[in-house]
Amino acid sequence: MRYAARHALVAPPFIPHEAGLMRAQADFTLDGGTLAFSGPMTVASLGPVDSRLRAIAEPVDRIDLGNVTRIDTVGAWTAWHLSQRLDAKVVSCSPEAERLIAAISKADDNRVPVEAPRLPVLERVPAQIGDTMIGLGHGALQVLGFLGQTVQSLGQLIAHPGRFRAKALVHQMELVGVNALGIIGLMSFLVGIVIAQQGAVQLRQFGAEIYTVNLVGRLTLRELGILMTAIMVAGRSGSAFSAQLGTMKLTEEVDAMRTIGVSPMEALVLPRILATMLMMPLLGIYSAALGIVGGAFLASLTLGIPFLTFLSRIQEVVPLHDVWVGLLKGPVFGLIVSVAGCYQGMQVKANAEEVGTRTTSAVVMAIFMVIVLDAFFAIFFTEIGWG
Amino acid sequence: MAEHLDSTGDFPIRVRGVKNVFGEHVVHDGLDLDVRRGEIIGVVGGSGTGKSVLMRSIIGLQIPAEGEIEVLGSTITDARDDEDIDIRSRWGVLFQGGALFSTLTVAENVEVPLREFYPEIGDELRHEIARYKVLLSGLPAEATSKFPSELSGGMKKRAGLARALALDPELLFLDEPTAGLDPIGAAAFDSLIKGLQQTLGLTVFLITHDLDTLYEICDRVAVIADKKVIAVGTIPELLATDHPWIQEYFNGPRGRAAKDAQNRNDAAKDAQNRNDAARDAQDRNAPTGVVDNRPAGQA
Repeated sequence: MRYAARHALVAPPFIPHEAGLMRAQADFTLDGGTLAFSGPMTVASLGPVDSRLRAIAEPVDRIDLGNVTRIDTVGAWTAWHLSQRLDAKVVSCSPEAERLIAAISKADDNRVPVEAPRLPVLERVPAQIGDTMIGLGHGALQVLGFLGQTVQSLGQLIAHPGRFRAKALVHQMELVGVNALGIIGLMSFLVGIVIAQQGAVQLRQFGAEIYTVNLVGRLTLRELGILMTAIMVAGRSGSAFSAQLGTMKLTEEVDAMRTIGVSPMEALVLPRILATMLMMPLLGIYSAALGIVGGAFLASLTLGIPFLTFLSRIQEVVPLHDVWVGLLKGPVFGLIVSVAGCYQGMQVKANAEEVGTRTTSAVVMAIFMVIVLDAFFAIFFTEIGWG
Repeated sequence: MAEHLDSTGDFPIRVRGVKNVFGEHVVHDGLDLDVRRGEIIGVVGGSGTGKSVLMRSIIGLQIPAEGEIEVLGSTITDARDDEDIDIRSRWGVLFQGGALFSTLTVAENVEVPLREFYPEIGDELRHEIARYKVLLSGLPAEATSKFPSELSGGMKKRAGLARALALDPELLFLDEPTAGLDPIGAAAFDSLIKGLQQTLGLTVFLITHDLDTLYEICDRVAVIADKKVIAVGTIPELLATDHPWIQEYFNGPRGRAAKDAQNRNDAAKDAQNRNDAARDAQDRNAPTGVVDNRPAGQA
């Protein structure tokens, strides 16, 4: 029976295997209490006949495997399962079939569900809503707790300044700040152009095109520069923090650090939070500057205001406290973005999917909180007379 | 078994003149290996000699720079797509850490290849197949609906084995199946592999560092050193060669301990077999080709 493959490595003609293109199918006949199978009884051939087999209701006495050309464990399972259900005897099996059925019969415990346990829909939906609400409450507390831990380890760091990880901080500052210059610059420049152009169209109706300078200058320095930077940093770095820390949790790197006596808060979290808080105001000012350049560029092209005149007008029309507003918001937004990223990353426990969902929540949470706080700041600064 | 031989002959795996290079680093150069049908071949070699690279080359995850690899009668190194798919349904692979899909339960992991290759199988049969495969791999029934993160290392390996066996493959690739298991768990895993290999008629390609596994279940052992397979044979045959690495490997302190353990086991087994034979002679009916599950008296 053993042929072929004595030849050297000349590729043999391709003969499709039964599992492949030309599948021989299993079949059966039911005749007077005898269920006779024919053809191969394998995983590749039993799929189509399975439903017919399950529909058999007549009394069956014998299951005849005499005409079965090939059998694997799925065939053995089918025969064994039928013999159990119909209370029948399996006859004329090959030694192979006998061996397989014997092995299968030991593994017959088919009362355990395949899926993880799940509640019915009517219970699951309210349960899910409840879990989510409780989760939100816990989440808020836990974020506060995380913030507390951060402050605590910052305190310890101030007490032992020798443990400060300057290299990690500089590295994170490069990742968060320097590497973001290109994309934030381009975005701010384009937004500056859009504000100037749209503003000019509206202001022209009152003959007040010259106020485009005020619009661009105040808006970018006070609001848009820092807000867009925060959103960009949340997308770039907040998500990266969450994914990095989450993966490190999964691969037990964080646990390894703890056992060596390195505090993950000091080594991983603090450098990221400090770097973001330090870089955010700088990026915000940079973003505002490029927004103004964008506005000036458009003004010189379409409004007839020379580029340098636009820039010197900015100095006259923008009060200095607008710059302070933008600068003060920077570290706060940086704190929110980096704490959201690090917190979500450190919460990863189970599997790769959780890294993804945690990263998503880190970004959503950061952007949401930044916008809420921005609204608060807008009112606050106006109230204290920095309108 | 005759039908199993269809297009693939006596050597389901033939490796000829394979060269694997990573950058400047040559891992294999002119490596040859034949794996016989129905055997458990153990692959050994020092760390970094490219045992896993060889396995990855054979299963098509790593394309060698030179040479030819033939698996189940078709050339993996330049297989056509349709052939490729056909071969993939005829082997199972157990990766080192189990490589289970972390968002699926154990049974759902086993169902993945079934869904992929045989979508015509109904839900009910597919669930049943998944369950008995999990049980065949020696996991308790409760494990079927658990997620991989809820399993211990040894259970993950068993679950990985269940997935590797999902399609009743002819060829089974195992990458260090007993690494990281306690000695009892490792011995149980060895006997599980041997039992499944005998029951299912598998050809097993097994990478291991575990000398006990080599002595206990491997029919032949291939030794990788100096970028090629320097010797293939049974352990006594290998011991007869005078390659220094082989001598060091099998005659080092650990090698001798494993050998002693093997000798003790053999003696115990002989005694057990004599007892079994005596008992069989007393009460075993002649094989009838009949599996009768009905209670006595009803037949």
